[in-house]
Amino acid sequence: MHWLPPQASTFASEIDFMFWVILVITGIAFVIVEVGLLWFVIRYRHRPDRRAYYTHGSKTAEIIWTAIPAATVIVLGVWSGRVWGEIKRRDRLPANAVRVAIAAKQFEWNVTYAGADGALGTPDDFTVRNQLHVPVDRPVVVDLTAEDAIHSFFVPVFRLKQDAVPGMRIPVWFEATQVGEYEIACAELCGLGHYRMRGMVHVHTQEDFDRWMLARAAGGEGR
Amino acid sequence: MSHAAADAHLLEPGAGVYHKKLGMWVFLASEVMFFTALIGSYIILRFGAAESWPVPSTVLNIPVTALNTFILICSSVSMVKAYAAAVEGDQKRLRLWLLVTVIGGATFVGVQVFEYTHLIHEHFLPSSGLFGSTFYTMTGFHGFHVSMGVICMTWVTIQAFRGRYTRENYHGVEVIGLYWHFVDLVWIILFTIVYLI
Amino acid sequence: MTTAAVHHEAAAGGHHELSFVRKYIFSTDHKIIGIQFLFMSLFFLLVGGLLAMMMRWQLGYPGKAVPGGGVLPETMASGGVILPEFYNSLVTMHGTFMVFFAIMPLLVGVYGNYLIPLKIGAPDMAFPRINMASFWIAFGAGIIMLAGFFATGGHAAAGWTSYAPLSARSDLSGVHMGQVLWLVGLIVLGLSSILGSMNYITTVVNLRAPGMTWFRLPLSIWALFITAILVLLAMPVLSGALIMLLFDQTLGTHFFDVSAGGQPLMWQHLFWFFGHPEVYILILPAMGIVSDIIANGSRKPIFGYHSMVFAIGAIAFLGWIVWGHHMFQSGMNPMLGTSFMISTMVIAVPSAIKTFNWMGTLWRGNIHFHTPMLNALAFVSMFVIGGLSGIFMASTPVDIFQHDTYFIVAHIHYVLFGGSLFAIFGAIYFWYPKMFGRMMSERLGKVHFVLTFVFYNLTFFPMHFLGMTGHMRRIYDPTQYEFLRPYQGTNRLITVGAFLLLASQLPFIWNFFWSLRKGAKAPLNPWRDNGLEWTVPSPPPHGNFATTPTVHHGPYEYSSPLTTDDYLPQNQEVRP
Repeated sequence: MHWLPPQASTFASEIDFMFWVILVITGIAFVIVEVGLLWFVIRYRHRPDRRAYYTHGSKTAEIIWTAIPAATVIVLGVWSGRVWGEIKRRDRLPANAVRVAIAAKQFEWNVTYAGADGALGTPDDFTVRNQLHVPVDRPVVVDLTAEDAIHSFFVPVFRLKQDAVPGMRIPVWFEATQVGEYEIACAELCGLGHYRMRGMVHVHTQEDFDRWMLARAAGGEGR
Repeated sequence: MSHAAADAHLLEPGAGVYHKKLGMWVFLASEVMFFTALIGSYIILRFGAAESWPVPSTVLNIPVTALNTFILICSSVSMVKAYAAAVEGDQKRLRLWLLVTVIGGATFVGVQVFEYTHLIHEHFLPSSGLFGSTFYTMTGFHGFHVSMGVICMTWVTIQAFRGRYTRENYHGVEVIGLYWHFVDLVWIILFTIVYLI
Repeated sequence: MTTAAVHHEAAAGGHHELSFVRKYIFSTDHKIIGIQFLFMSLFFLLVGGLLAMMMRWQLGYPGKAVPGGGVLPETMASGGVILPEFYNSLVTMHGTFMVFFAIMPLLVGVYGNYLIPLKIGAPDMAFPRINMASFWIAFGAGIIMLAGFFATGGHAAAGWTSYAPLSARSDLSGVHMGQVLWLVGLIVLGLSSILGSMNYITTVVNLRAPGMTWFRLPLSIWALFITAILVLLAMPVLSGALIMLLFDQTLGTHFFDVSAGGQPLMWQHLFWFFGHPEVYILILPAMGIVSDIIANGSRKPIFGYHSMVFAIGAIAFLGWIVWGHHMFQSGMNPMLGTSFMISTMVIAVPSAIKTFNWMGTLWRGNIHFHTPMLNALAFVSMFVIGGLSGIFMASTPVDIFQHDTYFIVAHIHYVLFGGSLFAIFGAIYFWYPKMFGRMMSERLGKVHFVLTFVFYNLTFFPMHFLGMTGHMRRIYDPTQYEFLRPYQGTNRLITVGAFLLLASQLPFIWNFFWSLRKGAKAPLNPWRDNGLEWTVPSPPPHGNFATTPTVHHGPYEYSSPLTTDDYLPQNQEVRP
């Protein structure tokens, strides 16, 4: 728990749960193999009177150790497919979402807000550098693009990551569950300043968010 | 030649063809993958930008290239005739038809170069949009492969004039023939999907 | 020339005595070419390792001058402190040298060349002169690749994966000539690989000795053969992609130029269509070699030989349809991601089959712990970790978090170092006596093994944990992020491990070079192995076999009830 970041979105817990389940399954496989190896090399080490047991294999063993891994990965696959679809599907984005556009460029995140009319692409839109303000407990849809190289929009506490590709507009959704301030990182090598392409997500209560929005819309660009 | 190499007839059954022929088929498989990468990319880019893609006949000289295609196909026919002559041990016909093939191949390259200089003069360059990028890359690498083929074919022809190919050993002729037909086949595909469609 | 010399020549196959240059520099003998690849690749392994040390220094101690860094030019390290642009080149060139100039040639160029003719009973490759060309072309590629460090603007800095548009546009990366040299170097290397694979395939198909049927081939040869097919079909796709990128950089073409309709994702598809088979190219020969060594060390037939062959084939075949798992978060259609996820999950199964068969081979064996065996055992135990970590990323939702983090870096290094490199060490120790006619020191070998094993795990295991924190890849200074600062201690631990890991290679380097001159003379068959290569002198003469061997049985007849010895060379008939 000390390693995984805090969970601050609705699907963070589902992703972490998958991680832990896979850890348990692979952990069991790990123990079987490593303990088995250790056991075998000790138990069957050479001694002067030993002769190895001459066999070319066992069909039964092959069937068992093919079927069990196969069944396991099929289950994991079906489960993964379902969760993946919920998170990444672009044709069924959540309703009543706050819409924001993010254009990644060397080396900053330009966040465009819809302004008072709530619609993007209208004259009252305004852009802020590196600061994403969102309300808690409400879905947010980000229209993600890039202006130069490929970047990747990564918010660790949301367990959210999406490459930002020039020439493409990719919708990404999340729903924050905790008020607070969280870092945005770039997760795709994009040049010299890739390592310092840092932004912040500010998760507000709905009232604080509305207040901020009004103040910004009146005040214009900048931080 | 060591004793070991002399026992070739005792080896495990392989592909049933001599080394050079198997090697050429295997090499051609890699060439298929290479041209697939280039041609596949072209198809993806073209379908991704269908509206803005120029009509090929407005940029390229279809009639001249059609004639050039015919020349290349004829050189494949002459290659077949050269191979047939080699199998029979007919030195005269072998030399004749190899010479025809070399001339056909060299002519094809010459006409391609001519076409390129004309296009460049008309300011149609590799940097001229996606069409220019894909056109020059695909036809350029094809032309490069034909040129390499012409060089090898010339060498085979020289060897033929030295009487190196007999009814018992005409492998060099067969192997260059395989390469030549491959290069022709790629051109037919390119001509169709780049020039005509 | 005396009569005695003439007779000696005739016995050696009638070759006149070649000059030093023809014998050791421009040689067409597969064994010499294999050894040339060995020296070249070990050099690049060291280069790749040194590049990694510089990376690790910066990650462990960001902003501090590298000890001895004063020798680096100001464009790379200002006052000995590594610059961000140089860091990105380090990351790029570490991956590039390791993948293309170390691991691949060590497995395919060295052991493909050295073992194939010997183990199938052939005098040499089908095309010895093309084989020679293959080496020298690779050598040329290496020179071109090294030259990039001297280019204005520095070496390529877009990652070994070279994603466009960063790699296509010098205005975005700050690099032009370095990137061009990188592209040309790899295109040239591709030619070497394709010629080599054509040679290997023709040789294995057409030159097997009588009795060496397909299902009597050692698994090392099966693996090398199938790998050669992968190389043959995958490298040309990379070449095509590299050419398009090169033209974008030099001719103004627009393949990956978004403003002209080019598609950045197309680079990724092309690269990974090659790139995924490439990683199987990097592991399959290692698996084959490990099978040979484990059977030998256990004095027991390989468990499930036919399943093992099937698994190699299945991995190779499935490897063509999983490439999109490198692109789950790329912006490609998520449904496409799901289909790649399925095929990726499936490919775990043949790897599991192989692991259990290795365990089955050890089971009820009579295990000898010679240095090659230790390394082969390390392969199995470490590769398993790498393979299991792959399952996390195969799961698309988990990959959302783990993509482009140190979890991936841990996975890569568990399969490539824990897997491939331990297998390579095992192979070097195993076939050194045959190659050089001398024994390496077993004691030094064991010291090297233990030190490497410990410090390798110290270096790479913590990377799984770093990945869990979300620590990104390819970042010059993790302390820029609040959420990463608590884990700098882990970064420092990894750095210490890495330096100790490098130091642990000293016994190996010493052992390798010292034994060339001072090692005990190697007998014909020091490991009491069944392979045909152990039936000829150490080192074998030009032409390998005085007479073509006849093979009578499979490669793993150890401890057979039909023999008193616990091994039975493939060309030896059983005495009733």
